[in-house]
Amino acid sequence: MLLEQLINGITLGSIYAIVALGFTLVFGVLGIINMAHGEIFMFGAFVGVMVTSTLGWPIWMAFLAAIIVTAILGYMLERFALRPLRGKKGVSHLAPLISTIGVSILLENLSHHLFGAGNHPFKNAFAEIHFTIGSITIYVVQIVIFVISVVLMMALSYWLSKTRAGKALRATAENLDTASILGVNTRQIITLTVVMASAMGGIAGILVGMAFNSVNPQMGLSMGLKGLAIIILGGMGNVKGAMAGGLILGLAETLIVAYGDSGYRDAIAFLAIIVILLIRPQGLFGQKTSEGRP
Amino acid sequence: MKVLKVSGIETFYGKIQALKGVSLEVEQGKIVTILGANGAGKTTTMKTIAGLIKPKTGTIEFLGENVTGLRPDQLVKKGISLVPEGRAILSGMTVMENLDMGAYQRKDKEVEKDLEDVLKRFPILKERKNQLGGTLSGGQQQMLAIARALLARPKLLLLDEPSMGLAPLIVAEIFKIIKEIKDAGTTVLVVEQNAKQALKIADYGYVLETGKVIIHGKAKDLLEDPRIVEAYLGRKSEK
Ligand SMILES: Nc1ncnc2c1ncn2[C@@H]1O[C@H](COP(=O)(O)OP(=O)(O)OP(=O)(O)O)[C@@H](O)[C@H]1O
Ligand SMILES: [Mg+2]
Repeated sequence: MLLEQLINGITLGSIYAIVALGFTLVFGVLGIINMAHGEIFMFGAFVGVMVTSTLGWPIWMAFLAAIIVTAILGYMLERFALRPLRGKKGVSHLAPLISTIGVSILLENLSHHLFGAGNHPFKNAFAEIHFTIGSITIYVVQIVIFVISVVLMMALSYWLSKTRAGKALRATAENLDTASILGVNTRQIITLTVVMASAMGGIAGILVGMAFNSVNPQMGLSMGLKGLAIIILGGMGNVKGAMAGGLILGLAETLIVAYGDSGYRDAIAFLAIIVILLIRPQGLFGQKTSEGRP
Repeated sequence: MKVLKVSGIETFYGKIQALKGVSLEVEQGKIVTILGANGAGKTTTMKTIAGLIKPKTGTIEFLGENVTGLRPDQLVKKGISLVPEGRAILSGMTVMENLDMGAYQRKDKEVEKDLEDVLKRFPILKERKNQLGGTLSGGQQQMLAIARALLARPKLLLLDEPSMGLAPLIVAEIFKIIKEIKDAGTTVLVVEQNAKQALKIADYGYVLETGKVIIHGKAKDLLEDPRIVEAYLGRKSEK
């Protein structure tokens, strides 16, 4: 059923969008790709497993715990892996990227250690509840995922465009020095950005757990690469681009699996990027230059 | 009373020494100008005062307090605002958002009123308030940059080449605005290539050359100083 597949695609796409937003916020403000974002997302998912399966607490507690844990991880990432490299003379501009790759490997190893390899079931009380309209089946969990994602995206958009801190973040993303001479404590904004982005990764982790009922330590890498693909697709540092790119990728993947060859599922993201970049080098929503901060 | 006292600052870009011991003072309620050829270190001086670059040695005192090494946002809080060279408009934000950012640190009730006053003073900004900053013309961007800096209610306004790249009519307007800012009670330190016009509105002037102050004095004396007439006013003043 096409409609059913569309619903699946939108559900998956809205999760991708949340992951990509985390990437895009950090890229916008720091001008770097946070390669540890995927692993932070994976940690969020494992926190969900712990809370729901091991402790048997309700799903909303899983969200809360995942947000707290991933926010702390984000804070530590910025404080110990990124900040020491910033503004130092002679540090290569690739150094922070390498630093985040280091953190991603550390987190993956740590999760093997803490949670063990292989798949872990993600329990969710309403996983099986569904209803049918005509011939299509809709799971309640899909609606929940979609609603949470949309609310999160709307809240973020509102925050960025209307609040004082949101404007400060945008100013910092556009030009760090300009923001600072206007009175913005840019170090604080950078920390806030990495923490917020990480917490969004944590939320996405729970959403993926709910969608697939299973979590493993490798999921960080593939999600990380897809998030990266999406922000290139949508335009680096572009919030609307991340949302649209996420939805496009989710739909494309689902439809390929349904009507094409499921073996190519993960290749889709990268194929799409190559094609888009050939046609629009700056991404779908990007400005002419996509080099980040000048 | 001295608003700003810079003593012997030396500023480096890596191994390149851009300032070799610059000292200058700015009196309350005055316009002080810094002149000098390209690469003399004018922008570096302004950036060092605003906290964007830290000097290796030397001190900066603001209203009697040592503020050397503070961050730009801390200096904004103390009352120093910089309009940088090239204006630094936030091009992806609207004119109104740029102005909001000017008052970023303020929480007092008069922000709204100040915003209204600024829009009244610069009607062109009011007309374009929902337009993106990057779509304004050079002159409009300069107005916006000055208006935005004023919204912080600075005690000392630093202007780095406000007339750069603007048509003569707009340049005259900018100098008129600087004069008004002073008359409203704000102390101004302005870097200019337009030496003649700058000295006409200024009370005091400094001339920088390769990172050092080589001449300083009352603006009206500098206008007559043969060294300055020759190097900076020469041909222009005969036009
Ligand atoms: N980011 C930088 N890195 C290295 N050297 C720099 C940098 N910025 C400025 N300089 C050097 O420092 C010196 C002073 O530059 P500065 O920009 O302060 O000059 P200026 O007087 O403002 O010149 P202009 O009139 O062209 O604006 C110059 O020799 C310049 O090459
Ligand atoms: Mg300069």
